[in-house]
Amino acid sequence: MSTVDATAGEAPATAGEARSAGWKSSLRERLQQLLAFASLIVIFTFFSIANSSFFNYGNVTNILFSTVVIGTLALGTTFVIITGGIDLSIGTGMALCAVMSGVFITNWDLPIGVGVICAILFGGLIGLVNGVNVAVLKIPPFIATLAMMLVAQGLALVISDSTPIYFNEDPAYTKISTGNLLGFDFPNAVLVLLLATVICVVLLNKTILGRYTYSIGSNEEATALSGIDVRKWKIIIYSLAGLFIGLAGVMISARLGSAQPGTGMGYELQAIAAVVIGGTSLSGGKGSIVGTLIGALIISVLNNGLQIMSIPQEWQSVILGLVILVAVYADMVRKREA
Amino acid sequence: MDVAVPSAHPPPRYLLEVDGVSKDFPGVRALDQMHLTLRYNEVLALVGENGAGKSTLMKLLAGVYLPDRGSFRLDGQPYQVSGPKEALERGISIIHQEFNLMPHLTVAQNLYIGREPRLGGFLLSERALNRRAQELVDRLGLPLDVRQVVGNLTVAKQQMVEIAKALSYDARVLIMDEPTAALNDAEVKTLHDLIRRFKRADTGVIYISHRIEELKAISDRITVIRDGHYVDTLDTASTTMKEVISLMVGRTLASDAKPENVRADREVVLSVRGLSTKELLKDVSFDLREGEILGFAGLMGAGRTEVARAIVGADKISGGVIRLRGREVRINNPAEAARYRIGYLSEDRKNLGLLLEHDVAANITLSSLAERFTRWAFVNHKATRAAARRMVESLNIKTPSVTQATKNLSGGNQQKVVVAKWLVKDCDILIFDEPTRGIDVGAKEEIYKLLNDLAAAGKSIIMISSELAEILRMAHRVVVMTEGRVSGILDHTEATQENIMHYATLRPDENSADAAELGIGPDAKAGGGVAVDTEVGQR
Repeated sequence: MSTVDATAGEAPATAGEARSAGWKSSLRERLQQLLAFASLIVIFTFFSIANSSFFNYGNVTNILFSTVVIGTLALGTTFVIITGGIDLSIGTGMALCAVMSGVFITNWDLPIGVGVICAILFGGLIGLVNGVNVAVLKIPPFIATLAMMLVAQGLALVISDSTPIYFNEDPAYTKISTGNLLGFDFPNAVLVLLLATVICVVLLNKTILGRYTYSIGSNEEATALSGIDVRKWKIIIYSLAGLFIGLAGVMISARLGSAQPGTGMGYELQAIAAVVIGGTSLSGGKGSIVGTLIGALIISVLNNGLQIMSIPQEWQSVILGLVILVAVYADMVRKREA
Repeated sequence: MDVAVPSAHPPPRYLLEVDGVSKDFPGVRALDQMHLTLRYNEVLALVGENGAGKSTLMKLLAGVYLPDRGSFRLDGQPYQVSGPKEALERGISIIHQEFNLMPHLTVAQNLYIGREPRLGGFLLSERALNRRAQELVDRLGLPLDVRQVVGNLTVAKQQMVEIAKALSYDARVLIMDEPTAALNDAEVKTLHDLIRRFKRADTGVIYISHRIEELKAISDRITVIRDGHYVDTLDTASTTMKEVISLMVGRTLASDAKPENVRADREVVLSVRGLSTKELLKDVSFDLREGEILGFAGLMGAGRTEVARAIVGADKISGGVIRLRGREVRINNPAEAARYRIGYLSEDRKNLGLLLEHDVAANITLSSLAERFTRWAFVNHKATRAAARRMVESLNIKTPSVTQATKNLSGGNQQKVVVAKWLVKDCDILIFDEPTRGIDVGAKEEIYKLLNDLAAAGKSIIMISSELAEILRMAHRVVVMTEGRVSGILDHTEATQENIMHYATLRPDENSADAAELGIGPDAKAGGGVAVDTEVGQR
């Protein structure tokens, strides 16, 4: 949204007033993002003061590194959630894509590049099926993707025969995640996340895909009556989220050096939490990519900081739950005052 | 755009023709041999009761359904489209009754949704979009900021966005379904100005409305349909609206009797003094007497609904006193209001007033379930059905049985179900917010009769309405509001269309001195020389 007031000529007085009101409301939208960012800073500062081993280059890159998988999943899911949908299949879907990456690269001996692209496209296929189920068969997104979550979990185990697939013969594969393309100690995985974020920002804000994502979430029927093929765009949006499932599958297996078929469950809720903390509304129509990234960062900063402070795992979960409540409540209070 | 008017042939007589179109749905014949012609340069009003087949006809024209029999012709050429997009491209633009806007997007984004200016097919050009939208809005003379988010606009402005959107398609046939349902009289005038400017030698408008009185002002001809059948087409100039109504309902209606004043010695049941809220209301004061129908008039956003919400405790009040039969009360939420026997019937019947999926009995007994129909937390269904049957009978609710799902009832009968709910609860004060919105003419009469009967039986009624005719006909006294204040309270002899509009459009600085005074009399009216500013910038 631009705040440039470039209209020349005289506007009617009422329109002039309306314009300043519009400016104010866009400021408010910005404030919301600033607020999420501010809370990230506050949490970050808190841990820096509370524990001396929190704020240093090694730990900060560590935090960024651990944001990659959740962040990647959350980016794609943001689109789906803005349409008013939900995607529960991203966690186990990611595990399935990791297994497929292992199948392509270790079992079938495809070149790493080809294998990676195939794994990402396989994620797109998962999303495509979700999209068709939701948009064509009109199955509610919660149910359609819940079913896909179970299907993906089962398939991952069936295909891998319930055993991890290792990438031992392709040490270059792990470099996708842990290598330092920049030449200094900065993991490639973080670069991938940043690149994915930029792509998503452009897609959501500068393309018709993004416009229709907001539009569908804001009022689906009106969008259809405006002559937009809602079915087609929903399928595209779910498929796009699927590509990010595939990417996350590659990133997690590259980090571990293996595809773990039994994992994945629970990641979807963390990713959705990141999206919600970032200010995206579960009822659709509203949300931002940068917010999602900040949400994902808040989660990993919390996890990391609490760990460093030797707070038990169980309590970390309690605190994360409370953070979600506070974030969503703060968002609602802000809206009520608006 | 293929405006195919073959030059060799004589020009077609009609812009749009509907010829013998029929459409069946399982169990219902929605349209039967429908016939309709729209001439060039005319506004054709299409009227009929709810369920007469108007919306089916619109959906056929939009390509949402296909007709079973019959055909359409546009400029004398066969017209058959496969969806809304194609209809728009052929020049048929439809403004649907329910708002079809994306509340989270800006005005500009809404106006050009699906047709945004693009760079290379996929990238958006926000600057070009805003420029184009601003040009459109300026051309139409609408006071809209194209960068503003639609959800933050008033209902009237949202309606303007709808209209601007429809006109932006280079439409030649503009179809409007109840465009004024949410507008007050001043805003209706703005809309009519827009329609008149749209009317050209190669365009036409089909105007669907329940507000019979506006047809005289805007239409050239009136086509009446009933139960999916074509009834008649009349020239507006040589027709009385009574004729139109009797054609619509298929019978003649009782004429409009005017109410008497309620005797001033009746007890004041509700007395409001200095009611204020943080958001809007400032120093609202009025009295409601037993057996009185107190009308609340004002422009959209004047604060009428907010007064009702503040009284029943749905909104927090920041100041003021509410007295019930002289006793000061503090009402914190609608449940407490119900305990004080105040019932609020929301304007948004479908979302806030009824459980549509549930049956009539469940709805009627909902509010009084705990106190009257429950023993040990078990609901006595037999008793609820019996109570519901008594209400169905006494209010003449048309339903096959009390176990019928409420969504299957007509709008008027749904409204009666809501009334019944509060009567079972034994309410003395009933606040009706737009009691006849979206209800057809025949059913309106029944609601009016019901209101009069309730008042005669000693119930006290607040009636909020955007239809002046309704206020004038029903209310014993009229409270006029503007910008959160009471700008005038008129008794029945003073309440005329002109007077109400005058007070409804007073600016706060002009009326702040005498705003809160009760019973504004002739001296206050002396200020009538002030220019009436209609608030909805008629440019």
